[in-house]
Amino acid sequence: MATSLQPDQDASPPVVLSGSPTEPKKHRDPDGWRSRLYRLDLKATPYVYVAPFFLVFAAFGLFPLVYTGWLSLQKVELGGEAEWRGFDNYLRLWDSDFFWNALANTFTIGLISTVPQLLMALGLAHLLNYRIRGRGFYRVAVLAPYATSIAAAALVFAQLFNTDYGLINQLLGYVGIDAVNWETEKWPAQIAISTIVTWRWTGYNALIYLAAMQAVPNDLYEAAALDGASRFRQFISITIPSIKPTILFTIVVSTIGATQLFGEPLIFGGSLGIGGGSGNQYQTLSLLMYEKGWITGALGQASAIAWVMLLLLLLIGLVQHLLGRSGRGKKKDGAARS
Amino acid sequence: MRISTGVARRRSRAVTLSTSGLLALGLVLTGCGSDGDSGTDDAAGGDKQITLRVGTFGSFGFDNKTGAKLYAEYEKLNPNIKIEETNVADGQKYWDALKLRLSQGSGLADIQAIEVGYIAEATGDAMASKWVDLGKADGADTSAFLDWKVKQATTRNDQVIALGTDIGPMGICYRKDLFEKAGLPTDREQVGQLWAGDWNKFLEQGEKYKAKAPDGTAFHDSASGLFNAVISSEPDQYSDESGKLHWEGSPGVAKAWDVAVKAAQGGLTGKLRQFDEKGTWNAAFKNSKFATVACPSWMTGIIKDQAGPANKGKWDIAQAPVPANWGGSFLAVPKAGKNTAEAAKLAAWLTAPEQQAKVFAVNGNIPSTTAGLSSEAVQNAQPEYYPGVPVGKIYSAAAQKITPAPIGRYDGQVKTFLTDNGILDIETRGTAPDKAWNNVKKLIEDKIDQ
Repeated sequence: MATSLQPDQDASPPVVLSGSPTEPKKHRDPDGWRSRLYRLDLKATPYVYVAPFFLVFAAFGLFPLVYTGWLSLQKVELGGEAEWRGFDNYLRLWDSDFFWNALANTFTIGLISTVPQLLMALGLAHLLNYRIRGRGFYRVAVLAPYATSIAAAALVFAQLFNTDYGLINQLLGYVGIDAVNWETEKWPAQIAISTIVTWRWTGYNALIYLAAMQAVPNDLYEAAALDGASRFRQFISITIPSIKPTILFTIVVSTIGATQLFGEPLIFGGSLGIGGGSGNQYQTLSLLMYEKGWITGALGQASAIAWVMLLLLLLIGLVQHLLGRSGRGKKKDGAARS
Repeated sequence: MRISTGVARRRSRAVTLSTSGLLALGLVLTGCGSDGDSGTDDAAGGDKQITLRVGTFGSFGFDNKTGAKLYAEYEKLNPNIKIEETNVADGQKYWDALKLRLSQGSGLADIQAIEVGYIAEATGDAMASKWVDLGKADGADTSAFLDWKVKQATTRNDQVIALGTDIGPMGICYRKDLFEKAGLPTDREQVGQLWAGDWNKFLEQGEKYKAKAPDGTAFHDSASGLFNAVISSEPDQYSDESGKLHWEGSPGVAKAWDVAVKAAQGGLTGKLRQFDEKGTWNAAFKNSKFATVACPSWMTGIIKDQAGPANKGKWDIAQAPVPANWGGSFLAVPKAGKNTAEAAKLAAWLTAPEQQAKVFAVNGNIPSTTAGLSSEAVQNAQPEYYPGVPVGKIYSAAAQKITPAPIGRYDGQVKTFLTDNGILDIETRGTAPDKAWNNVKKLIEDKIDQ
């Protein structure tokens, strides 16, 4: 600001002479408060503009985070008073079979759902990237499951997987396979839940991949085609390396989603959803947290689980970040970045 | 990520479009919201129009559709009052949600039903202050109820936080047609004699049934239901006289566990979960998948609703092996409600002997008031769904034999663990009983001790 005012002041006497002689005075007089106000305006305005976000974040992001952390060190009954307990809640989690069971379930369901989902999305994106008729339609269709609410999807799938009346067991029956206990047995139940997740998110990831694929320069493919590379070869050698950052991004996002898996098993399980089945065979960490907090009323322990989940996610994020960096390091810089 | 500018531009257009869509949606939503608000404003300001909301689970039989049309009657008596009921099928889910809302003081109905399994928790220190004292409410007469029913809803400070709706004297409902096909007697006296005095005799009849069972049917609906039935007949259940949890050493729990495990392992049950939200249990009523169900009086209403008109007249009621009281409920008024005085009046009216008798006639919930129990209407009740069955006599006779067991604040939760995670696990997944018992023990230790 100082620089913008300076030339004006210096130049004003010769130019403005014919004009009003009071002009420079006007400038000089407010040099105190007015320019200070102006300066303040320039400096503060950006902060005011971004403030709403940070205020909202503080109220709904930071405060709950810190408050949960504080609660996790207390013994708090739902609706009751807090009582200091230190790290006891965390130690109890360490000793709790249910915690480890939920952690294992979260991991296995996450694996069963994320891996096929991303592979299928990759293949789907590759197909959609071709010049096929009705491309637009397919692209929208692929996203439709994502637009469906979890509750609706999970309810429909719960019906499909119903052991006695479900369509899937009926179809298996035609092929001569015995009815599978999708609801009560551990692995079938986990696969059924993973199916809901996969169904919902495959299209979404496919579209992200598609967007990345469209940015891959066409000449790379042309050159490869001239060299006699097959479509599949092109996919492996050009497409995948080119969209690697995107793949990493989807892996991070899906992992976060998988760690927080809640609605699908809850609704799939019906009355037994919160416990994750009669033997906790598909209880995830989120479900355990919910059960602790709202069913048992042990808010302190629930908060401890929430924090463990957060730390877990940070850990996973760190590992993925490191992996991503080491992967990128091998490439010549610049090409893979941007 | 790289995004070509073309895509980016298209995306930004999509964003604008979707934003405007969201805005429109938001307007619609707020429109709805303000509509609702103005509605209640009018109500408060105008002719004192009041909407009372009643939260229930299972089947209370108050409603205007399949119940005793009590709401319509009350609305006629009090033209300024409108009543809305919200119902959740699953009692445990209902209670979980209710607890959460109580702690937040929002989202509560003006009247909330409470099942006996949770009444000790509701009267407990953490929750007692959240309810209106109905002992002094307009129109409420606590002396009309069975003594033990009032005692169950009384807090340490002698406040009566809830009024009893019904009690749960139990019989065994059975399908005459299925019994006949399996070669068992069908007369209710004879059937009752088959297992009188001992739950193990009940299992013996189950074995007989199984030997000649019609295709695709089981003797009993669910092992966890049987567990509940057996423990309901025991004087010593989950808690001791002081309300302290002692389920592990309780002879009642041991007995019920034993009988239920035998039934589950013997394949006498339909591997169902009662009140399952996915409706599998309900469907099994309709599709005649089992021949017997333990039948507290309120169950007769559920059978009527779920088995439907196609199975009318096929059900009969025999006496239970051992006299039992399973369930029964209360109506309470949360202090957080807007119209607590009117709500208390309605609760008192709904639980008065005359109304209880009307509910019983339609829905089978047996009155918790002495006058209601002995009333002509109850004694001679003849629900349409059970032609020729003296339902009123059967249940009021059973009610005389009830000896109430002590209850504690964790009863409902422990019961859920024992049935959902113990018995059901054995029944549907073939878990070894010892292992299942240990699982339950761990669950209870983990979840009840904070």
